[in-house]
Amino acid sequence: MTDRQQAELRKDEVEAGTTTGLASPSVDVASGRQNSLWSDAWDSLKRNVLFWIGSVLAVLFILLALLPGLFARGADPDDCALGNSLDKPSAQHWFGFDQQGCDYMATVVYGARNSLIIGVLAVLFVLVLGVVMGAIAGYFGGATDSLLSRVTDIFYALPLVLGALVLLRVGPTTNIPIINKPGPAAVALALALFGWMTAMRLVRSQVIAVKSADYVAAARAMGASHRRILVRHILPNAVAPVLVYATITIGVLIAAEATLTYLGVGLQRPTHSWGLQIEAGQSLLRTAPHLVLFPSLILTLTVMAFILMGDALRDALDPRQRA
Amino acid sequence: MTAPETSPPAARAAVPGATLLEVDDLHVEFRQRSGVVHAVNGVSYTLGEGQTLAILGESGSGKSVSAQAIMGILDTPPAVVTGGIRFEGRDMLAMSAEEQRKIRGPGISMIFQDALSSLNPVYSVGWQIGEMFRVHQGASRKEAKRRAIELMERVRIPAAAKRVDDYPHQFSGGMRQRVMIAMAIALDPRILIADEPTTALDVTVQAQVMDLLKDLQRETGMGLILITHDLGVVNEVADDVAVMYAGRIVERGTVDDVFTDAAHPYTEGLMNSVPQVEAKGGRLQPIVGQPPNLAAIPSGCAFHPRCARRRLGAAAAPGRECATDEPPLRLVVPGREAACHYSEEVLGA
Repeated sequence: MTDRQQAELRKDEVEAGTTTGLASPSVDVASGRQNSLWSDAWDSLKRNVLFWIGSVLAVLFILLALLPGLFARGADPDDCALGNSLDKPSAQHWFGFDQQGCDYMATVVYGARNSLIIGVLAVLFVLVLGVVMGAIAGYFGGATDSLLSRVTDIFYALPLVLGALVLLRVGPTTNIPIINKPGPAAVALALALFGWMTAMRLVRSQVIAVKSADYVAAARAMGASHRRILVRHILPNAVAPVLVYATITIGVLIAAEATLTYLGVGLQRPTHSWGLQIEAGQSLLRTAPHLVLFPSLILTLTVMAFILMGDALRDALDPRQRA
Repeated sequence: MTAPETSPPAARAAVPGATLLEVDDLHVEFRQRSGVVHAVNGVSYTLGEGQTLAILGESGSGKSVSAQAIMGILDTPPAVVTGGIRFEGRDMLAMSAEEQRKIRGPGISMIFQDALSSLNPVYSVGWQIGEMFRVHQGASRKEAKRRAIELMERVRIPAAAKRVDDYPHQFSGGMRQRVMIAMAIALDPRILIADEPTTALDVTVQAQVMDLLKDLQRETGMGLILITHDLGVVNEVADDVAVMYAGRIVERGTVDDVFTDAAHPYTEGLMNSVPQVEAKGGRLQPIVGQPPNLAAIPSGCAFHPRCARRRLGAAAAPGRECATDEPPLRLVVPGREAACHYSEEVLGA
């Protein structure tokens, strides 16, 4: 706190002490806007350069995923000529060609859709499972907490990739919705089902820490309901670390998708995905390093974009970090 | 806080209106693995309209826990609350949790000691005050904000319209406590419980906040329960005082009576342990020993291990042995109750 602010605070006290009688309301609600957590967070985000770098990159990759034709510079990833096999990048073909002689830029651009869909979708599933279970376990405690925590422990014992592998392998023979249809949604759900536990523990411990705060007792004393206390007072104070975790997890889950693909249960050719491309490029690393370089670079930039946004969001959601 | 120079006793005589709150033989226990902690052991009092009751006691005397039991904000379990709590004649302990919740806010409201930690750090103060209107009265955001500014002006926060969007950490301690008070009185509660409202504030700000509470009480006629360990605060604003020790009321009466001449050795000890303007040159006499462990309250009179006037064994009158016979809270002189076998000796001492 600066000296000037201190001086202002002291002035407040003096004025308050000398004001006699109750002031008549001189209300000025010209703006009419009630500042809320999110509108103030937005004001803070607007001034954060890293947030803009992250969000510009993220928007770029999301556009890549939505409108790949626009960015492939007219090339079709499935229109390949073996004569171009493994050609190096050139002015005409910025990313060169892959082993099949397909334009590699088009291939990478078309890969964005599946990788992003799986990463974002899986994290959404993780957040829904983790936040709901963690919040309920942390807030109500007791037997509810014990039950949910033991369920979490059981899932912790199952390795992410192994669990997803088995589920995706047997999935098509079952009639569980989503899982029985091979594709990005099935992969995302399989990853989320075996990857939500850290989010749940994170939310649970945050909720337990925030639950004992005086302002929660105050909210109860003012007659707030359980739901309102949990959703309005506890979760906003508990959510920041979870958001940061979620952004990082997008990258982790995109990488896990590549692993599943490598093991033959994730996405299948001829689908385009960065995981598939990195995996195919590995064996040709010495002769054609661009095959690994470009999808890895784009993957890294994507993950970084989400992490930058997550960091900025964490700062913005904590008013104490504002100047 | 110095001795009162103003307000003659007559001006402060209690004029209780309709009874708002009746607390009858309230017990609160915390059942823990290591044993049962008896935090409140049979507390009874009534509070009338416009009345200010001070509950005075050390840390661990059960004063805050009894207030939280009345509010219904203790976690049960581990807490076990028994006895009677009647708000405007309705038994609160027999109500459903939902009915109890609806009384909190418009019926009974509460302010806490540390206003900074009692305000949610992620919302502006205007949002938090306005929440009362949005939740309980379904006001629109714009309406809630307008009324939040009105309330901030009512608790004399300067430049309220400009500061309504500021966050709790941007306010000074006294201003935060005003914000807390604004929230607590937003719905015109019939009873306001103030749990150590000025303990975290410095002396000049303390006086302003207490003045504010008194003014608000005059306007609205609400009953005020003031929980404190500060004798000066009690002396300034309360009509009646109940002194608590080890979860029981050990003495009760009007502030003037109790402060002039204590009827319980514990009250007497409290008075002797604070500086008095009239008694120059004398040494302060602290009460020896520690407050009792509530999991193992001494037998007989809970205060006897620390009491300078205790009578043990053959020195005691029959049935009035301090270590074995528990003294009931009894009328010692008109308008005065004390839980001591030898109150008559303490009075006038």
